[in-house]
Parts: sequence; structure tokens; C-alpha cells
Amino acid sequence: MAIITKSQQKSPAPAIASGRVSPIALIGKILLYAVLAAWAVAVIFPMGWAVLSSLKSDQEIFFSPWSMPQQLLFENFARAWTKAQLGAYVGNTLLVMVPALFFTLLLSAMVAYVLARFEFFGRDVIFYTFLIGMTFPIFLGLVPLYFVMQSLRMLNSFFGLILVYIAYSLPFTVFFLTSFFRTLPKELAEAATIDGANQYQIFFKVMLPLAQPGLVTVGIFNFLGMWNQYILPNALMNNAGLDDGQTRYVLSQGLYYLQNQQQYSNDWSGLFAAVTIVMIPTLVVYIIFNEQIQKGLTAGAIKG
Amino acid sequence: MSQRRFCGILNTAISLPKAPRGGRMNQGKRGLIVSFLAVPLLLYGVFVLVPYIAAMVFAFTKWRGLSANISFNGINNFIKLSNDSNFLNALSHNGVALIVLPVCIVGLALFFAFLFTQGIRFARFFRITFFFPQVMSTVVVAVLWSFIFHPTIGLINGTATALGISGLKGFPWLGNASTVFPAVLAVTIWQAVGFYMVMFVAGMQNIPTSYYEAAKIDGATPWVLFWQITVPLLWDTLRTAIIFLAAGAMDLFALVNVMTNGSGGPSRGADVLSTYMYQTAFTRSEFGYASAMGLVLLLIVLGISLVSMRLTARDSLEF
Repeated sequence: MAIITKSQQKSPAPAIASGRVSPIALIGKILLYAVLAAWAVAVIFPMGWAVLSSLKSDQEIFFSPWSMPQQLLFENFARAWTKAQLGAYVGNTLLVMVPALFFTLLLSAMVAYVLARFEFFGRDVIFYTFLIGMTFPIFLGLVPLYFVMQSLRMLNSFFGLILVYIAYSLPFTVFFLTSFFRTLPKELAEAATIDGANQYQIFFKVMLPLAQPGLVTVGIFNFLGMWNQYILPNALMNNAGLDDGQTRYVLSQGLYYLQNQQQYSNDWSGLFAAVTIVMIPTLVVYIIFNEQIQKGLTAGAIKG
Repeated sequence: MSQRRFCGILNTAISLPKAPRGGRMNQGKRGLIVSFLAVPLLLYGVFVLVPYIAAMVFAFTKWRGLSANISFNGINNFIKLSNDSNFLNALSHNGVALIVLPVCIVGLALFFAFLFTQGIRFARFFRITFFFPQVMSTVVVAVLWSFIFHPTIGLINGTATALGISGLKGFPWLGNASTVFPAVLAVTIWQAVGFYMVMFVAGMQNIPTSYYEAAKIDGATPWVLFWQITVPLLWDTLRTAIIFLAAGAMDLFALVNVMTNGSGGPSRGADVLSTYMYQTAFTRSEFGYASAMGLVLLLIVLGISLVSMRLTARDSLEF
């Protein structure tokens, strides 16, 4: 909100908010709001329709896609969560993401701190090597990565996927945090040295807490990236479906699988419920943290 | 993790600033440096660097996954690619996306962002709403829009019928070779506009209001303000956006894969480089050939970044 109000105050409306309202300006104003409203509807309407459909029966979805649900069928959600294994997919995703996110931030902060604060042999090479990883398309490395994972016996394993998530998150996170650590005052580190702190204590007790705002920003960025990750699990967890009884699919794979199954099972309401279950928490979290998320993502984009 | 954003890196100044010269490198520091770098570099080396390097080697082989059978065949893969109509078809779709996505997304986002700086009502509501598709998982977006495009229960055909347009009844948007790719592009635009709008609003904030005020005293219209002040002063941000979108146009994997059930669409109508490469590798096990495609993809991505940096290079305006 700060962004908008600030610019509102700074540049008060050449055409729209001017005192004299000519007919042309009025028509223009109505048109502008119509365009904005149309886009808002284009965003909200499909989601609202999906939520509504998730509460209907398959009959209703099929024969009256427009009507309100006759009665609210919450059992669609229960069916999606348990029978369609959505709960398991969410669990798998979190099981991979929590450690991956934690170690991405910790390891990246370590690398970034060293790159930003010390001069040593090979420093430039390491920095540029990470930079290359940020530029190369993930698809180029996908085939050999599959065989690396196969030879390490890490295909279809959560542990393997965690390591891969960390490795592929490192370049951007290191890059982002390196510029962040450079902005921190080095006087604090010097003061801590005088107080007798060793290098590790300086990092963990002084620098890491100071880096918290940067870690939050890049953490949001990585959180969304890992939550949405599709290609890596698709290639590396490709034999982790339902056959062995215990699915190891993550959420994005699971949803795709459900959609594919849909062609045979015709459980429309269940699929709508699954989409709604994934969409609603995202929406709630986003509405609560929209300021930080928007700032984090766009700052990451602009700096990165 | 997002390719789209990662590729934008080429835009920023690529140089490592000098570290503060602390003088003596004592034992404590050396231990810290080694211990802090060891694990990350190992992970990065094994899972990122080795695959990238290996891919460049695989690209010159006709390897099909049987380790005894790796034989180099020079540039034959690339010759084969230049005659592979499926590959050229996929590439042409990327080419269309390369034009359509930046034009539509930057155009709409710039328009919305400019409106926001003009003091509109409900700005907060619009800004939150427009950005939301960006935080939704691309797979969720793809599944949601597969419903919307559905021939019988879909929202689009339903709306058309409700408005009295009977011609669209039962029309399979994703099951028709000529509409499936436009549908994918429309969804991409739907998802991305909010992100770029917020990015442009942030950039516009940095433009001093005195510029607008001075121009308004001279009687400038919003149209003139937009083209003479906003666009030139926002140029760096616009450039970043264009490079992101160009890189994104070379990806599109998740949307195409989900919306076409992994097939690339009827008659490969929405196949893109990434989906064709994925099929070549993981369905047909032609790993050498797929790696050659990966190398072509890399060269294109690097080429696009360099070209867009050149084309959009202007002196940065200090203000």
C-alpha cells in the first residue's frame, strides 16, 4: 500500500483526479475503470467458479455449470484429501521443502558471507561459477542429472530431491545474499573481534541475525519456487506413483496425476476440490503477507 | 528456482565487488572459508556443474542410456535436428511466444502500472488481485484453466452459450491444433501481468514528481507524460522485464505439459522445445539427441539475452 499512496501523493492525477470534469475525461475515466475491473474479474472469476464447483455434485457440474450448488458437498474435499491422496502430496512437499529451504538459506548465507567479506584465491572463479548456474537453462542439465541421481541411488528418494533442490537454489540465493552481506557494516564484526569472538561466532551471532531481512526476502522467493517446482520432481521422482502403495509424488506432480486420472475416473467434483484445497491456503497466506511477497519477488527480480 | 527469473541475471552488472581489505589472512579466517565453502560447492558441483558439463558431451553422442554403448557421432545430432520437423515445429512455437509474451505482458503491465500512479480508487484491491496468479503454482493454474477451456463443462463455452453464442458449444479449445497454443499463451499472460505491473510500479516510484509537475505546467497530456517521462526513466526496469520474458518464452514446460497431458497438444500444436526435449529423453530414451536440443536451447537463451541487452542498451539515466 505504501507504494501506491506515496505515488498518489507525489503525482496527483493529471487527467483523472483533476477538478474540472469534462465529458471526455469522464468517459475516459469510466473506460479506465472498466478495463481494470475487467482484469480483476478475469482473475477472480475462474477461481470463484472452481471453488463453487468444488462444492457441487458431478451431475451439477456437468449439467448446470452455472448454477449455485444445491447443497454444499463438503465430502468432495474429504475424498480429494484422502482417497485422491492430496494429503500425502502436501505432506511429501513439506517433507522435501522444509529441510531444502533451511539448508538453502544456511549454506547460501555461508557462501555469500565468505564471498562478500574475504579475499582469497579462487574467489572470483567461485562467484562466476555460481553466476553461470543462474544463467543456464535447467533443461540442459536434466538428462545427466537423471543419471547422476541413478548412480547415487537417489532416484525416487526424498533425500535426493532435497539435495537437488538445495543445489539448484544456491546460485540465485548466493548472488542475492552476497550483495546483501556487502551492505552490512563491518564495524560490528570488528567490535565482536575485539570482544574475543572467533570467526564462527561472528558469523552465527552477529552477521546472520543482521542478515535476517535479506534471508526473509530470498526465503519467500525460494519458498514459492520450491512449492511450485515441477520439472525436477517430474524427472527425478518419476517412478514414485501409487504402485508401491505409498506415493512419493509432490503436490505439483500429484495434481497433474489427478488431472490425468480424471479422464478415466470422471470425478470432477473431487478434482475441483483438490484445486480449491491447494488454492485457498495460498490465497490466505498471500493476503496476509502480500506486501512482503510482492516486495520480495520484485526485489529479487530487480536485483537478480 | 524459477528459470524465468534466473535468466534475468545477465541484465545486472556482472562483477564481484572488491571485498574489504582486512589485511592479514589469519588461520581463523582460512578455516572459516574452507569449512563454509566445502559443502555448498560439493552439492553444486555434483548436481549442477557435472550435469551441465556432461550434457555438453552427451550432445555429441548417440547415447540411449546403455552405458556400454556411448559412441560419439560428431555434429550428426545437430544435422538431424535441422531436419527434424517436430523440433522445428516446437521451436516455431517458442518463436511465437518470444514475440507475443513480451509485447502483451509488458504492454498490459505498463498500462496498469501507469494508471496506478495516477491516483485511482481501489488501487490496493487491484494490486493485490492482479498479483495473485503469480503466487499460484503453475500446475494449479494449468489445471484450473484446463477446466475453463473444457468443451462441455468449461467456463468459456458456458459463458458463450449464456450470451447466446451457440457456435462455441462443445468447442475443444485444447483439443484443436490451431487454438491450443494461443490458449497456453493466454494463460501465461493471465498469470504474469500482475508480477510485471508491481515491478513497474516500484520502478515508477523512483521517478521524481517534479518532472511530471514541470511537464504539466507546460500543458503535457497524460499520453505525453507517459511516453516522454515514464517510459524513458523506467527503461532499466523495462529491459529487465523483456529479458525475463524472453527467457520465459523458451521454457513454458509446466503449462504445456499439464494442459496437453504431456502430448504437446493435438498434432503437436503446442509443443515447445522443452516439452519435445523431455519426451525425447524420458519417453524415447534418446539421451544424446535430447542433450543436443539442450545445447541448442542454451545457445538460444544466451543469444537472446545478449541481443536484448544490445537492442535495449541506452545510457542509464541518472535522476
